[in-house]
Amino acid sequence: MALSKITPEQVRHVSLLARLSLAPDEEERIRANMDEILGYIDKLNELNTDGVEPTAQVGDPGMAMRDDVVTNHPDPEAMLANAPARERGYFKVPKIIE
Amino acid sequence: MASSSELNRLTIAEASDRLRRREISAVELTRACLDRIAAVDSRLNAFITVTEKEALEQARAADHRLSSGQAPALCGIPLGIKDIYCTSGVRTTCASKILETFVPPFDATTIAKLRAEGAVFVGKTNMDEFAMGSSTENSAFGPTMNPHDLTRVAGGSSGGSAAAVAADECLASLGTDTGGSIREPASFCGVVGIKPTYSRVSRYGVIAYASSLDQVGPFAKTVRDAAILLRALAGADPRDSTCSARPVPDYERALTAEVKGLRIGVPREYFVEGMQPEVESSVRAALKQYESMGAKTVEISLPHSSYAIACYYIVATAEASANLARYDGVRYGLRAAAEDNIELNEKTREQGFGAEVKRRIMLGTFALSAGYYDAYYLKAMKVRTLIRRDFEQAFQKCDVIVTPVAPTTAFRLGEKMSDPLTMYLSDIFTISVNLAGLPGLAMPCGYDGNNLPIGMQIIGPQFSEDAILRAGDAFERSGAVTLRRPAL
Repeated sequence: MALSKITPEQVRHVSLLARLSLAPDEEERIRANMDEILGYIDKLNELNTDGVEPTAQVGDPGMAMRDDVVTNHPDPEAMLANAPARERGYFKVPKIIE
Repeated sequence: MASSSELNRLTIAEASDRLRRREISAVELTRACLDRIAAVDSRLNAFITVTEKEALEQARAADHRLSSGQAPALCGIPLGIKDIYCTSGVRTTCASKILETFVPPFDATTIAKLRAEGAVFVGKTNMDEFAMGSSTENSAFGPTMNPHDLTRVAGGSSGGSAAAVAADECLASLGTDTGGSIREPASFCGVVGIKPTYSRVSRYGVIAYASSLDQVGPFAKTVRDAAILLRALAGADPRDSTCSARPVPDYERALTAEVKGLRIGVPREYFVEGMQPEVESSVRAALKQYESMGAKTVEISLPHSSYAIACYYIVATAEASANLARYDGVRYGLRAAAEDNIELNEKTREQGFGAEVKRRIMLGTFALSAGYYDAYYLKAMKVRTLIRRDFEQAFQKCDVIVTPVAPTTAFRLGEKMSDPLTMYLSDIFTISVNLAGLPGLAMPCGYDGNNLPIGMQIIGPQFSEDAILRAGDAFERSGAVTLRRPAL
């Protein structure tokens, strides 16, 4: 199947979408793995699925809803305790907009 | 009767009874488990974090409740917790460098339930990073060794939880199962493990891998213990909208050992070439045992079985690529040095994730990307429907289905690490059960020529945990298999 031939350009495009830098050797290894795995996955095309409804969920239908009310109490110190960098009660990140 | 140095060998049912009669204390029991961990875990690496101080405090509180005479079933019982469950104040790593220093400010609902019962948590167990793997070799903290043979894997992804129970480091433990991650390690380590029906147990506070497949469940030394634990875990949760509101049966009371007239389906597609002959003969012997107890076996067909792994690796990786987007270096966990925010995300993820996690994020992102969504993701969701229907049709003819858990017993460390696809095929008999959202029980049914445990899987229709536990308990009580403790 032509679809499952993954090029280095595709790997770079997908890694950008996934926000995942890859070292050149890792890029090539992942490309080869994806090629092999997608080649295997192509066997799904042996099956005729015309008119078959897709399955997204397999649990009980009609998942429970609750009233939209606040049930937890804000605790900024607990929420910020794991922050890699913080300043005055905020998460700190590098500048986003010039 | 077990001496005080062997208290860690007790089952939950035995220990609970003796705790209640005050023959033993929760502190003694917990101490026995902690001593065992200190003696053997350097060889097994089943635990990422051992919480000795907290465990002894919990045990003292449990003793206090026990002496009041009003204590729940799990009060004072030492458990191991897969390091994917958020535990308030105790580091939760998911076996990843990206969460190496993460200390959750809250408990998963299941942890809160066990805490309310007075359970004792001896530590956080090892696993494949983000539950992605079948051998616990994809852990940033090194692999877990199989207690029955230290040169072999414990299975995965919940390998630490399975090994810890097999080695009597705790009385039982919690795992998660997305494609076989409870059942395969249970099989490899010779313990009991159950993956409940999708939506039976809350997943709030359990770090997500593939949300339409993930389910949490227990490992235990006996089917009865698994039933006791599942009873405590299952039930509605206002914090998890995917969790079912159905009432929870008393799974322990369902264990009547009655299997007369039970119709056991045997799928012809599950006894395939390439399977280790001893695995097949052992499962066939178990089926004969059931027949001798009055059950009937019927041949069934699950015609789309051979498509399950291909279907799974699209559905699971697509969902994983979305779930793992949250690890961006901003709010918690690892942060790489970077000039701007995009570089911060990209470098953090490059440094924080291991090879298998990267592979799955890439595959899943690709399957959801423009131009490929219909060909891969939508196709896989349709094939998932066909796999689900296979089981619906099979359960017209039988009450439960019995299969091997895995085609082989535990393989050697390193044996499958260089070939991802071969590793994925270890889950060939368990993955369909997740795709269909069914409950599956894994339990020992024999040993191979190398003394390695062989696992049998009992699958039931949705919400039939009582039926599969009953069938498993009946087999266990028949005495057809004598369990072997690993010589450590």
